[in-house]
Amino acid sequence: MASTETSTGPTGGIAPGPAGAGDELAGVEAGLDALESTASGRPPLRRTLIDKVLPPVVAVALILVVWQALISFKVVDDPSKLPSPSAVWDEVHEAWLRGDLLGYIWTSVSRGLLGFLFALALGTPLGLLVARVKFVRAAIGPILSGLQSLPSVAWVPPAVIWLGLDNSMMYAVILLGAVPSIANGLVSGVDQVPPLFLRAGRTMGATGLKGTWHIVLPAALPGYVAGLKQGWAFSWRSLMAAEIIASFPDLGVGLGQLLENGRNASDMSMVFEAILLILVVGIAIDLLIFSPLERWVLRSRGLMVRS
Amino acid sequence: MATTTLAKAADDEAVRHAARIEHVSKSFAGPAGAQLVLDDISLDVAPGEFVTLLGASGCGKSTLLNLVAGLDAPSSGGITTDGRPALMFQEHALFPWLTAGKNIELALRLRGVPKADRRARTEELLALVRLKGAYGKRVHELSGGMRQRVALARALAQDSRLLLMDEPFAALDAITRDVLHDELTRIWAETGVSVLFVTHNVREAVRLAQRVVLLSSRPGRVAREWTVDIPQPRRIEDAPVAELSVEITEVLRGEIRRHGQH
Repeated sequence: MASTETSTGPTGGIAPGPAGAGDELAGVEAGLDALESTASGRPPLRRTLIDKVLPPVVAVALILVVWQALISFKVVDDPSKLPSPSAVWDEVHEAWLRGDLLGYIWTSVSRGLLGFLFALALGTPLGLLVARVKFVRAAIGPILSGLQSLPSVAWVPPAVIWLGLDNSMMYAVILLGAVPSIANGLVSGVDQVPPLFLRAGRTMGATGLKGTWHIVLPAALPGYVAGLKQGWAFSWRSLMAAEIIASFPDLGVGLGQLLENGRNASDMSMVFEAILLILVVGIAIDLLIFSPLERWVLRSRGLMVRS
Repeated sequence: MATTTLAKAADDEAVRHAARIEHVSKSFAGPAGAQLVLDDISLDVAPGEFVTLLGASGCGKSTLLNLVAGLDAPSSGGITTDGRPALMFQEHALFPWLTAGKNIELALRLRGVPKADRRARTEELLALVRLKGAYGKRVHELSGGMRQRVALARALAQDSRLLLMDEPFAALDAITRDVLHDELTRIWAETGVSVLFVTHNVREAVRLAQRVVLLSSRPGRVAREWTVDIPQPRRIEDAPVAELSVEITEVLRGEIRRHGQH
Protein backbone atom coordinates (compact mmCIF):
# COMPACT_ATOMS: atom_id res chain seq x y z
CA MET A 1 0.00 0.00 0.00
CA ALA A 2 1.75 3.11 -1.21
CA SER A 3 -0.30 5.51 0.82
CA THR A 4 1.22 4.54 4.20
CA GLU A 5 4.64 5.67 2.97
CA THR A 6 3.38 9.19 2.48
CA SER A 7 2.37 9.32 6.13
CA THR A 8 3.90 12.32 7.85
CA GLY A 9 2.15 11.86 11.14
CA PRO A 10 -1.12 13.32 12.30
CA THR A 11 0.13 16.90 12.45
CA GLY A 12 0.44 17.06 8.66
CA GLY A 13 -3.25 17.72 8.20
CA ILE A 14 -3.17 17.72 4.40
CA ALA A 15 -4.34 14.69 2.49
CA PRO A 16 -2.15 12.97 -0.04
CA GLY A 17 -3.57 13.32 -3.49
CA PRO A 18 -4.01 16.19 -5.92
CA ALA A 19 -2.74 19.49 -4.54
CA GLY A 20 -5.50 21.58 -3.06
CA ALA A 21 -7.99 18.71 -2.66
CA GLY A 22 -7.27 18.52 1.07
CA ASP A 23 -7.71 22.25 1.56
CA GLU A 24 -10.96 22.20 -0.33
CA LEU A 25 -12.27 19.37 1.85
CA ALA A 26 -11.16 21.21 4.97
CA GLY A 27 -13.09 24.24 3.76
CA VAL A 28 -16.29 22.26 3.12
CA GLU A 29 -15.96 20.67 6.51
CA ALA A 30 -15.42 23.96 8.32
CA GLY A 31 -18.55 25.27 6.56
CA LEU A 32 -20.63 22.27 7.63
CA ASP A 33 -19.42 22.59 11.22
CA ALA A 34 -20.33 26.26 11.29
CA LEU A 35 -23.78 25.59 9.81
CA GLU A 36 -24.64 22.85 12.27
CA SER A 37 -23.23 24.23 15.48
CA THR A 38 -25.63 26.00 17.76
CA ALA A 39 -24.55 28.82 19.99
CA SER A 40 -25.32 28.28 23.63
CA GLY A 41 -25.06 30.75 26.44
CA ARG A 42 -26.80 31.92 29.55
CA PRO A 43 -30.03 33.87 29.15
CA PRO A 44 -29.78 37.57 30.12
CA LEU A 45 -30.38 38.50 33.76
CA ARG A 46 -33.61 40.39 33.02
CA ARG A 47 -35.15 37.24 31.46
CA THR A 48 -34.13 35.16 34.48
CA LEU A 49 -35.75 37.70 36.82
CA ILE A 50 -39.01 37.76 34.86
CA ASP A 51 -39.19 33.98 34.23
CA LYS A 52 -37.85 32.54 37.46
CA VAL A 53 -38.02 35.10 40.27
CA LEU A 54 -41.22 37.02 39.61
CA PRO A 55 -43.74 34.12 39.69
CA PRO A 56 -42.83 32.81 43.20
CA VAL A 57 -42.72 36.38 44.54
CA VAL A 58 -46.24 36.99 43.23
CA ALA A 59 -47.44 33.69 44.75
CA VAL A 60 -46.02 34.54 48.20
CA ALA A 61 -47.49 38.05 48.06
CA LEU A 62 -50.89 36.59 47.19
CA ILE A 63 -50.77 34.20 50.16
CA LEU A 64 -49.88 37.09 52.49
CA VAL A 65 -52.76 39.18 51.12
CA VAL A 66 -55.27 36.35 51.67
CA TRP A 67 -53.89 35.69 55.15
CA GLN A 68 -54.16 39.37 56.12
CA ALA A 69 -57.64 39.53 54.61
CA LEU A 70 -58.77 36.63 56.81
CA ILE A 71 -57.72 38.70 59.85
CA SER A 72 -58.83 42.14 58.63
CA PHE A 73 -62.32 41.04 57.59
CA LYS A 74 -62.65 39.05 60.83
CA VAL A 75 -63.18 35.75 59.05
CA VAL A 76 -60.99 34.23 61.75
CA ASP A 77 -61.26 36.37 64.83
CA ASP A 78 -59.10 34.49 67.31
CA PRO A 79 -55.33 35.23 67.55
CA SER A 80 -54.80 31.91 69.40
CA LYS A 81 -56.02 30.10 66.24
CA LEU A 82 -54.61 32.32 63.50
CA PRO A 83 -52.13 35.09 64.32
CA SER A 84 -51.78 37.99 61.91
CA PRO A 85 -48.78 38.09 59.55
CA SER A 86 -47.47 41.10 61.42
CA ALA A 87 -47.63 39.26 64.78
CA VAL A 88 -45.58 36.41 63.33
CA TRP A 89 -43.17 38.91 61.84
CA ASP A 90 -42.82 40.64 65.25
CA GLU A 91 -42.00 37.26 66.80
CA VAL A 92 -39.24 36.68 64.24
CA HIS A 93 -37.99 40.22 64.65
CA GLU A 94 -37.85 39.88 68.46
CA ALA A 95 -35.94 36.63 68.21
CA TRP A 96 -33.50 38.42 65.93
CA LEU A 97 -33.10 41.34 68.40
CA ARG A 98 -32.56 38.89 71.29
CA GLY A 99 -29.85 37.28 69.16
CA ASP A 100 -31.63 33.91 69.31
CA LEU A 101 -32.84 33.62 65.74
CA LEU A 102 -29.56 32.58 64.13
CA GLY A 103 -28.96 30.24 67.08
CA TYR A 104 -32.24 28.37 66.43
CA ILE A 105 -31.43 28.08 62.75
CA TRP A 106 -27.79 27.11 63.23
CA THR A 107 -28.61 24.41 65.81
CA SER A 108 -30.88 22.66 63.33
CA VAL A 109 -28.94 23.35 60.13
CA SER A 110 -25.61 22.18 61.57
CA ARG A 111 -27.26 19.00 62.82
CA GLY A 112 -29.03 18.47 59.51
CA LEU A 113 -25.99 19.03 57.31
CA LEU A 114 -23.64 16.98 59.49
CA GLY A 115 -26.18 14.15 59.58
CA PHE A 116 -26.57 14.44 55.84
CA LEU A 117 -22.81 14.13 55.36
CA PHE A 118 -22.80 10.95 57.48
CA ALA A 119 -25.70 9.64 55.38
CA LEU A 120 -23.73 10.47 52.24
CA ALA A 121 -20.67 8.59 53.47
CA LEU A 122 -22.81 5.54 54.30
CA GLY A 123 -25.37 5.63 51.50
CA THR A 124 -22.90 5.97 48.61
CA PRO A 125 -20.91 2.75 49.15
CA LEU A 126 -24.12 0.97 50.12
CA GLY A 127 -25.82 2.05 46.89
CA LEU A 128 -22.81 1.02 44.83
CA LEU A 129 -22.78 -2.38 46.49
CA VAL A 130 -26.50 -2.92 45.85
CA ALA A 131 -26.18 -1.75 42.25
CA ARG A 132 -23.14 -3.83 41.33
CA VAL A 133 -23.35 -7.05 43.41
CA LYS A 134 -26.25 -9.28 42.40
CA PHE A 135 -26.51 -11.12 45.70
CA VAL A 136 -26.55 -7.92 47.76
CA ARG A 137 -29.24 -6.48 45.50
CA ALA A 138 -31.43 -9.55 45.83
CA ALA A 139 -30.86 -9.57 49.60
CA ILE A 140 -31.38 -5.95 50.65
CA GLY A 141 -32.61 -4.12 47.53
CA PRO A 142 -36.31 -4.53 48.37
CA ILE A 143 -35.71 -3.67 52.05
CA LEU A 144 -33.92 -0.51 51.02
CA SER A 145 -36.82 0.57 48.79
CA GLY A 146 -39.28 -0.33 51.55
CA LEU A 147 -37.39 1.76 54.11
CA GLN A 148 -37.97 4.80 51.90
CA SER A 149 -41.69 4.59 52.51
CA LEU A 150 -41.32 4.13 56.28
CA PRO A 151 -41.84 7.56 57.90
CA SER A 152 -38.64 8.30 59.78
CA VAL A 153 -40.65 9.56 62.80
CA ALA A 154 -41.13 5.87 63.53
CA TRP A 155 -37.43 5.65 64.35
CA VAL A 156 -37.54 8.34 67.04
CA PRO A 157 -38.85 6.21 69.96
CA PRO A 158 -36.34 3.35 69.46
CA ALA A 159 -33.51 5.84 68.88
CA VAL A 160 -34.34 7.57 72.18
CA ILE A 161 -34.35 4.23 74.00
CA TRP A 162 -31.10 3.04 72.41
CA LEU A 163 -29.08 6.23 72.45
CA GLY A 164 -30.77 8.44 75.04
CA LEU A 165 -31.69 12.10 74.64
CA ASP A 166 -28.62 13.51 72.95
CA ASN A 167 -27.30 14.51 69.53
CA SER A 168 -26.35 10.96 68.52
CA MET A 169 -30.06 10.10 68.64
CA MET A 170 -30.76 12.94 66.18
CA TYR A 171 -28.05 11.73 63.82
CA ALA A 172 -29.34 8.15 63.98
CA VAL A 173 -32.81 9.30 62.92
CA ILE A 174 -31.37 11.40 60.07
CA LEU A 175 -29.29 8.46 58.86
CA LEU A 176 -32.24 6.08 58.85
CA GLY A 177 -34.24 8.63 56.88
CA ALA A 178 -31.63 9.71 54.33
CA VAL A 179 -29.43 6.67 53.68
CA PRO A 180 -32.12 4.70 51.78
CA SER A 181 -32.85 7.71 49.52
CA ILE A 182 -29.21 8.30 48.69
CA ALA A 183 -28.49 4.59 48.11
CA ASN A 184 -31.63 4.14 45.98
CA GLY A 185 -30.78 7.23 43.92
CA LEU A 186 -27.38 5.78 43.10
CA VAL A 187 -28.89 2.37 42.30
CA SER A 188 -31.38 3.83 39.83
CA GLY A 189 -28.63 6.03 38.39
CA VAL A 190 -26.45 2.98 37.76
CA ASP A 191 -29.39 1.03 36.31
CA GLN A 192 -30.01 3.79 33.78
CA VAL A 193 -26.46 3.91 32.43
CA PRO A 194 -26.82 3.29 28.67
CA PRO A 195 -25.30 -0.11 27.72
CA LEU A 196 -23.57 1.65 24.82
CA PHE A 197 -21.34 3.54 27.28
CA LEU A 198 -20.38 0.29 28.98
CA ARG A 199 -19.50 -1.31 25.62
CA ALA A 200 -17.53 1.75 24.54
CA GLY A 201 -15.71 1.70 27.88
CA ARG A 202 -14.89 -1.97 27.57
CA THR A 203 -13.34 -1.58 24.12
CA MET A 204 -11.20 1.20 25.60
CA GLY A 205 -10.03 -1.06 28.42
CA ALA A 206 -12.25 0.29 31.19
CA THR A 207 -13.27 -2.91 32.97
CA GLY A 208 -13.71 -3.79 36.64
CA LEU A 209 -12.83 -0.98 39.06
CA LYS A 210 -11.54 1.21 36.23
CA GLY A 211 -14.89 0.83 34.49
CA THR A 212 -16.75 1.71 37.67
CA TRP A 213 -14.63 4.81 38.28
CA HIS A 214 -14.38 6.17 34.73
CA ILE A 215 -17.69 5.09 33.21
CA VAL A 216 -20.36 3.84 35.63
CA LEU A 217 -20.09 6.47 38.38
CA PRO A 218 -19.97 9.55 36.14
CA ALA A 219 -22.73 8.12 33.95
CA ALA A 220 -24.88 7.53 37.05
CA LEU A 221 -24.36 11.05 38.39
CA PRO A 222 -27.77 12.52 37.38
CA GLY A 223 -29.63 9.76 39.28
CA TYR A 224 -27.24 10.08 42.20
CA VAL A 225 -27.78 13.84 42.47
CA ALA A 226 -31.57 13.35 42.37
CA GLY A 227 -31.09 10.89 45.25
CA LEU A 228 -29.02 13.45 47.17
CA LYS A 229 -31.72 16.04 46.74
CA GLN A 230 -34.35 13.68 48.07
CA GLY A 231 -31.93 12.54 50.77
CA TRP A 232 -31.62 16.12 52.01
CA ALA A 233 -35.40 16.54 52.11
CA PHE A 234 -35.65 13.32 54.14
CA SER A 235 -32.80 14.40 56.45
CA TRP A 236 -34.50 17.69 57.21
CA ARG A 237 -37.91 16.11 57.80
CA SER A 238 -36.47 13.39 60.05
CA LEU A 239 -34.54 15.94 62.05
CA MET A 240 -37.62 18.12 62.61
CA ALA A 241 -39.60 15.08 63.75
CA ALA A 242 -36.80 14.14 66.16
CA GLU A 243 -36.52 17.68 67.52
CA ILE A 244 -40.27 18.00 68.09
CA ILE A 245 -40.70 14.65 69.81
CA ALA A 246 -37.46 14.57 71.76
CA SER A 247 -37.18 18.17 72.92
CA PHE A 248 -34.99 18.40 75.96
CA PRO A 249 -33.40 21.58 77.35
CA ASP A 250 -29.85 20.20 77.25
CA LEU A 251 -30.11 19.60 73.51
CA GLY A 252 -30.26 23.32 72.75
CA VAL A 253 -33.18 24.96 70.97
CA GLY A 254 -33.45 24.10 67.28
CA LEU A 255 -36.39 24.89 65.03
CA GLY A 256 -38.24 21.71 66.04
CA GLN A 257 -37.90 22.55 69.74
CA LEU A 258 -39.04 26.09 69.00
CA LEU A 259 -42.24 24.68 67.50
CA GLU A 260 -42.75 22.40 70.50
CA ASN A 261 -42.07 25.28 72.92
CA GLY A 262 -44.64 27.38 71.08
CA ARG A 263 -47.23 24.62 71.44
CA ASN A 264 -46.50 24.23 75.16
CA ALA A 265 -46.87 27.97 75.68
CA SER A 266 -50.01 28.01 73.47
CA ASP A 267 -48.28 30.80 71.55
CA MET A 268 -49.61 30.54 68.01
CA SER A 269 -47.30 33.27 66.68
CA MET A 270 -44.31 31.27 67.86
CA VAL A 271 -45.69 28.08 66.27
CA PHE A 272 -46.14 29.91 62.97
CA GLU A 273 -42.68 31.44 63.29
CA ALA A 274 -41.17 27.96 63.72
CA ILE A 275 -43.11 26.47 60.79
CA LEU A 276 -42.11 29.36 58.53
CA LEU A 277 -38.46 29.06 59.51
CA ILE A 278 -38.43 25.29 58.93
CA LEU A 279 -39.95 25.85 55.49
CA VAL A 280 -37.66 28.71 54.55
CA VAL A 281 -34.48 26.94 55.69
CA GLY A 282 -35.42 23.73 53.84
CA ILE A 283 -36.07 25.68 50.65
CA ALA A 284 -32.94 27.80 51.06
CA ILE A 285 -30.62 24.80 51.44
CA ASP A 286 -32.20 23.23 48.36
CA LEU A 287 -31.87 26.44 46.35
CA LEU A 288 -28.31 27.15 47.49
CA ILE A 289 -26.79 23.67 47.27
CA PHE A 290 -28.82 20.96 45.59
CA SER A 291 -30.62 22.75 42.77
CA PRO A 292 -27.41 24.38 41.44
CA LEU A 293 -25.66 21.01 41.68
CA GLU A 294 -28.44 19.30 39.74
CA ARG A 295 -28.61 22.06 37.14
CA TRP A 296 -24.85 21.96 36.63
CA VAL A 297 -24.89 18.18 36.11
CA LEU A 298 -27.79 18.29 33.66
CA ARG A 299 -26.63 21.37 31.77
CA SER A 300 -23.09 20.12 31.25
CA ARG A 301 -24.55 17.01 29.61
CA GLY A 302 -27.01 18.88 27.46
CA LEU A 303 -29.90 17.27 29.33
CA MET A 304 -31.64 20.47 30.33
CA VAL A 305 -34.02 22.01 27.85
CA ARG A 306 -34.09 25.74 28.29
CA SER A 307 -37.62 27.06 28.09
CA MET B 1 3.95 2.79 12.69
CA ALA B 2 4.04 0.76 9.49
CA THR B 3 7.68 -0.15 10.05
CA THR B 4 7.15 -1.47 13.56
CA THR B 5 4.33 -3.65 12.30
CA LEU B 6 6.57 -5.07 9.61
CA ALA B 7 9.47 -5.66 12.01
CA LYS B 8 7.19 -7.55 14.35
CA ALA B 9 5.62 -9.50 11.53
CA ALA B 10 9.00 -10.96 10.63
CA ASP B 11 9.31 -12.82 13.93
CA ASP B 12 5.65 -13.38 14.69
CA GLU B 13 3.41 -15.35 12.38
CA ALA B 14 0.18 -14.01 13.91
CA VAL B 15 1.04 -10.37 13.24
CA ARG B 16 0.97 -10.88 9.50
CA HIS B 17 -2.75 -10.19 9.83
CA ALA B 18 -4.40 -7.28 11.53
CA ALA B 19 -7.24 -9.73 12.12
CA ARG B 20 -7.62 -13.38 11.28
CA ILE B 21 -11.10 -14.90 11.51
CA GLU B 22 -11.02 -18.68 11.14
CA HIS B 23 -14.16 -20.81 10.74
CA VAL B 24 -16.12 -18.70 13.16
CA SER B 25 -19.70 -19.67 13.97
CA LYS B 26 -21.98 -18.03 16.46
CA SER B 27 -25.40 -19.06 17.67
CA PHE B 28 -27.68 -17.45 20.21
CA ALA B 29 -30.29 -19.17 22.36
CA GLY B 30 -33.66 -18.27 20.85
CA PRO B 31 -37.28 -19.23 21.56
CA ALA B 32 -37.03 -22.07 19.00
CA GLY B 33 -33.75 -23.48 20.27
CA ALA B 34 -30.28 -22.29 19.31
CA GLN B 35 -30.30 -19.94 16.35
CA LEU B 36 -27.28 -19.89 14.07
CA VAL B 37 -26.32 -16.28 13.27
CA LEU B 38 -22.85 -16.70 11.77
CA ASP B 39 -21.90 -19.86 9.89
CA ASP B 40 -18.26 -20.78 9.29
CA ILE B 41 -16.89 -17.34 8.49
CA SER B 42 -13.23 -17.10 7.48
CA LEU B 43 -11.74 -13.72 6.72
CA ASP B 44 -8.33 -12.09 7.00
CA VAL B 45 -7.56 -8.39 7.20
CA ALA B 46 -3.99 -7.56 6.17
CA PRO B 47 -2.05 -4.81 7.98
CA GLY B 48 -3.09 -1.47 6.55
CA GLU B 49 -5.96 -2.97 4.56
CA PHE B 50 -9.44 -1.43 4.31
CA VAL B 51 -12.17 -4.10 4.19
CA THR B 52 -15.91 -3.48 4.18
CA LEU B 53 -18.40 -6.08 5.35
CA LEU B 54 -21.60 -5.67 3.38
CA GLY B 55 -24.92 -7.34 4.02
CA ALA B 56 -28.67 -6.96 4.47
CA SER B 57 -30.36 -7.13 7.87
CA GLY B 58 -29.87 -10.42 9.68
CA CYS B 59 -26.47 -11.15 8.17
CA GLY B 60 -24.87 -10.87 11.59
CA LYS B 61 -22.36 -8.20 10.57
CA SER B 62 -22.60 -6.37 13.88
CA THR B 63 -22.35 -9.69 15.74
CA LEU B 64 -19.17 -10.47 13.83
CA LEU B 65 -17.73 -7.08 14.71
CA ASN B 66 -18.53 -7.64 18.40
CA LEU B 67 -16.69 -10.96 18.23
CA VAL B 68 -13.63 -9.35 16.67
CA ALA B 69 -13.77 -6.58 19.29
CA GLY B 70 -13.75 -9.23 22.01
CA LEU B 71 -17.10 -8.09 23.44
CA ASP B 72 -18.50 -11.58 22.86
CA ALA B 73 -17.04 -15.05 22.27
CA PRO B 74 -17.62 -17.19 19.15
CA SER B 75 -19.46 -20.52 19.55
CA SER B 76 -16.76 -22.21 17.51
CA GLY B 77 -13.72 -21.18 15.52
CA GLY B 78 -11.04 -18.68 16.42
CA ILE B 79 -10.25 -15.00 16.07
CA THR B 80 -6.80 -13.50 16.46
CA THR B 81 -6.14 -9.78 16.28
CA ASP B 82 -2.95 -7.78 16.44
CA GLY B 83 -3.60 -6.16 19.82
CA ARG B 84 -6.95 -4.91 21.10
CA PRO B 85 -8.96 -3.37 18.27
CA ALA B 86 -10.67 0.00 18.58
CA LEU B 87 -14.41 0.10 17.91
CA MET B 88 -16.59 2.89 16.55
CA PHE B 89 -20.39 2.68 16.71
CA GLN B 90 -23.28 4.08 14.72
CA GLU B 91 -24.03 6.27 17.73
CA HIS B 92 -21.04 8.39 18.65
CA ALA B 93 -20.90 6.85 22.17
CA LEU B 94 -18.97 9.87 23.45
CA PHE B 95 -19.30 10.35 27.21
CA PRO B 96 -21.49 13.41 27.79
CA TRP B 97 -19.91 14.22 31.15
CA LEU B 98 -16.56 14.90 29.46
CA THR B 99 -15.58 17.51 26.89
CA ALA B 100 -14.52 16.39 23.42
CA GLY B 101 -10.87 16.67 24.40
CA LYS B 102 -11.33 14.83 27.70
CA ASN B 103 -13.06 11.97 25.89
CA ILE B 104 -9.93 11.48 23.83
CA GLU B 105 -7.69 11.89 26.88
CA LEU B 106 -9.62 9.17 28.70
CA ALA B 107 -8.78 6.71 25.92
CA LEU B 108 -5.12 7.74 26.18
CA ARG B 109 -5.21 7.40 29.97
CA LEU B 110 -6.75 3.92 29.85
CA ARG B 111 -4.01 2.94 27.41
CA GLY B 112 -1.40 4.10 29.93
CA VAL B 113 -0.14 7.26 28.21
CA PRO B 114 1.60 9.43 30.87
CA LYS B 115 -0.33 12.48 31.96
CA ALA B 116 2.24 14.94 30.63
CA ASP B 117 1.87 13.65 27.07
CA ARG B 118 -1.90 13.35 26.92
CA ARG B 119 -2.82 16.95 26.17
CA ALA B 120 -0.37 17.29 23.28
CA ARG B 121 -1.43 13.94 21.79
CA THR B 122 -5.09 14.93 22.10
CA GLU B 123 -4.47 18.19 20.24
CA GLU B 124 -2.70 16.19 17.51
CA LEU B 125 -5.65 13.84 17.15
CA LEU B 126 -8.13 16.73 17.09
CA ALA B 127 -6.03 18.35 14.35
CA LEU B 128 -6.07 15.06 12.46
CA VAL B 129 -9.88 15.06 12.36
CA ARG B 130 -9.80 18.83 11.69
CA LEU B 131 -11.40 19.90 14.94
CA LYS B 132 -8.61 22.04 16.30
CA GLY B 133 -10.70 24.33 18.49
CA ALA B 134 -12.99 21.64 19.87
CA TYR B 135 -10.99 20.53 22.93
CA GLY B 136 -13.23 22.26 25.47
CA LYS B 137 -16.53 21.71 23.63
CA ARG B 138 -19.26 19.68 25.30
CA VAL B 139 -20.57 16.74 23.31
CA HIS B 140 -24.06 18.25 22.96
CA GLU B 141 -22.57 21.41 21.48
CA LEU B 142 -21.17 19.48 18.50
CA SER B 143 -23.03 18.58 15.30
CA GLY B 144 -23.55 14.93 14.33
CA GLY B 145 -20.60 14.98 11.93
CA MET B 146 -18.31 16.61 14.49
CA ARG B 147 -19.31 14.04 17.11
CA GLN B 148 -18.39 11.17 14.81
CA ARG B 149 -15.04 12.81 14.07
CA VAL B 150 -14.32 13.13 17.81
CA ALA B 151 -15.37 9.47 18.18
CA LEU B 152 -12.94 8.61 15.38
CA ALA B 153 -10.18 10.56 17.12
CA ARG B 154 -10.98 8.74 20.37
CA ALA B 155 -10.79 5.38 18.59
CA LEU B 156 -7.46 6.36 17.04
CA ALA B 157 -6.23 7.39 20.51
CA GLN B 158 -6.27 3.73 21.45
CA ASP B 159 -3.43 3.34 18.95
CA SER B 160 -4.83 0.00 17.79
CA ARG B 161 -3.59 -1.52 14.56
CA LEU B 162 -7.17 -2.45 13.71
CA LEU B 163 -10.13 -0.07 13.64
CA LEU B 164 -13.58 -1.67 13.67
CA MET B 165 -16.40 0.55 12.44
CA ASP B 166 -20.04 -0.45 12.88
CA GLU B 167 -22.05 1.64 10.39
CA PRO B 168 -20.48 4.81 11.80
CA PHE B 169 -22.02 7.18 9.24
CA ALA B 170 -25.48 5.60 8.91
CA ALA B 171 -27.18 8.21 11.06
CA LEU B 172 -25.64 11.22 9.31
CA ASP B 173 -27.15 13.33 6.53
CA ALA B 174 -25.88 12.60 3.01
CA ILE B 175 -23.74 15.74 2.68
CA THR B 176 -21.93 15.16 5.96
CA ARG B 177 -21.52 11.46 5.20
CA ASP B 178 -19.90 12.30 1.88
CA VAL B 179 -17.39 14.61 3.55
CA LEU B 180 -16.62 12.03 6.23
CA HIS B 181 -15.92 9.42 3.54
CA ASP B 182 -13.21 11.72 2.19
CA GLU B 183 -11.90 12.30 5.70
CA LEU B 184 -11.79 8.61 6.60
CA THR B 185 -9.91 7.80 3.38
CA ARG B 186 -7.40 10.56 4.15
CA ILE B 187 -6.92 9.53 7.78
CA TRP B 188 -6.62 5.87 6.86
CA ALA B 189 -3.87 6.77 4.38
CA GLU B 190 -2.10 9.01 6.91
CA THR B 191 -2.15 6.57 9.81
CA GLY B 192 -1.80 3.23 8.02
CA VAL B 193 -4.40 1.67 10.33
CA SER B 194 -6.31 -1.42 9.16
CA VAL B 195 -10.06 -0.93 8.94
CA LEU B 196 -12.90 -3.42 9.08
CA PHE B 197 -15.99 -1.38 8.19
CA VAL B 198 -19.53 -2.72 8.44
CA THR B 199 -22.27 -1.20 6.30
CA HIS B 200 -25.47 -2.00 4.42
CA ASN B 201 -24.79 0.76 1.92
CA VAL B 202 -23.28 -0.74 -1.26
CA ARG B 203 -21.91 2.52 -2.67
CA GLU B 204 -20.35 3.41 0.66
CA ALA B 205 -18.64 0.00 0.72
CA VAL B 206 -17.23 0.48 -2.80
CA ARG B 207 -16.32 4.13 -2.18
CA LEU B 208 -14.13 3.27 0.83
CA ALA B 209 -12.75 -0.24 0.58
CA GLN B 210 -9.90 -2.10 -1.03
CA ARG B 211 -11.93 -5.26 -0.60
CA VAL B 212 -15.70 -5.71 -0.24
CA VAL B 213 -16.96 -8.86 1.50
CA LEU B 214 -20.63 -9.68 0.96
CA LEU B 215 -22.36 -11.66 3.70
CA SER B 216 -25.51 -13.68 3.10
CA SER B 217 -28.28 -13.50 5.69
CA ARG B 218 -29.64 -15.99 8.24
CA PRO B 219 -27.17 -17.43 8.83
CA GLY B 220 -24.39 -15.06 7.85
CA ARG B 221 -21.90 -16.64 5.47
CA VAL B 222 -19.30 -15.10 3.20
CA ALA B 223 -21.23 -15.02 -0.11
CA ARG B 224 -18.66 -13.30 -2.33
CA GLU B 225 -15.69 -10.98 -2.30
CA TRP B 226 -14.61 -8.18 -4.62
CA THR B 227 -11.27 -6.47 -4.82
CA VAL B 228 -11.75 -2.77 -5.57
CA ASP B 229 -8.80 -1.41 -7.54
CA ILE B 230 -10.28 1.97 -8.40
CA PRO B 231 -7.60 4.51 -7.32
CA GLN B 232 -8.24 6.73 -4.28
CA PRO B 233 -9.37 9.45 -3.80
CA ARG B 234 -12.66 8.21 -5.19
CA ARG B 235 -16.03 9.88 -5.20
CA ILE B 236 -19.26 8.11 -4.55
CA GLU B 237 -20.62 9.31 -7.92
CA ASP B 238 -17.58 8.16 -10.00
CA ALA B 239 -18.57 5.89 -12.88
CA PRO B 240 -16.36 2.91 -11.85
CA VAL B 241 -17.75 3.10 -8.29
CA ALA B 242 -21.29 3.13 -9.66
CA GLU B 243 -20.61 0.21 -12.05
CA LEU B 244 -19.19 -2.04 -9.36
CA SER B 245 -22.02 -1.02 -7.02
CA VAL B 246 -24.59 -2.14 -9.60
CA GLU B 247 -22.86 -5.49 -9.93
CA ILE B 248 -22.67 -6.02 -6.17
CA THR B 249 -26.26 -4.89 -5.69
CA GLU B 250 -27.42 -7.55 -8.19
CA VAL B 251 -25.69 -10.28 -6.19
CA LEU B 252 -26.97 -8.84 -2.91
CA ARG B 253 -30.56 -8.81 -4.22
CA GLY B 254 -30.13 -12.40 -5.38
CA GLU B 255 -29.13 -13.33 -1.84
CA ILE B 256 -32.13 -11.51 -0.38
CA ARG B 257 -34.56 -13.08 -2.88
CA ARG B 258 -33.65 -16.56 -1.68
CA HIS B 259 -35.30 -15.75 1.65
CA GLY B 260 -38.67 -14.98 0.06
CA GLN B 261 -38.86 -18.32 -1.74
CA HIS B 262 -39.55 -20.60 1.20
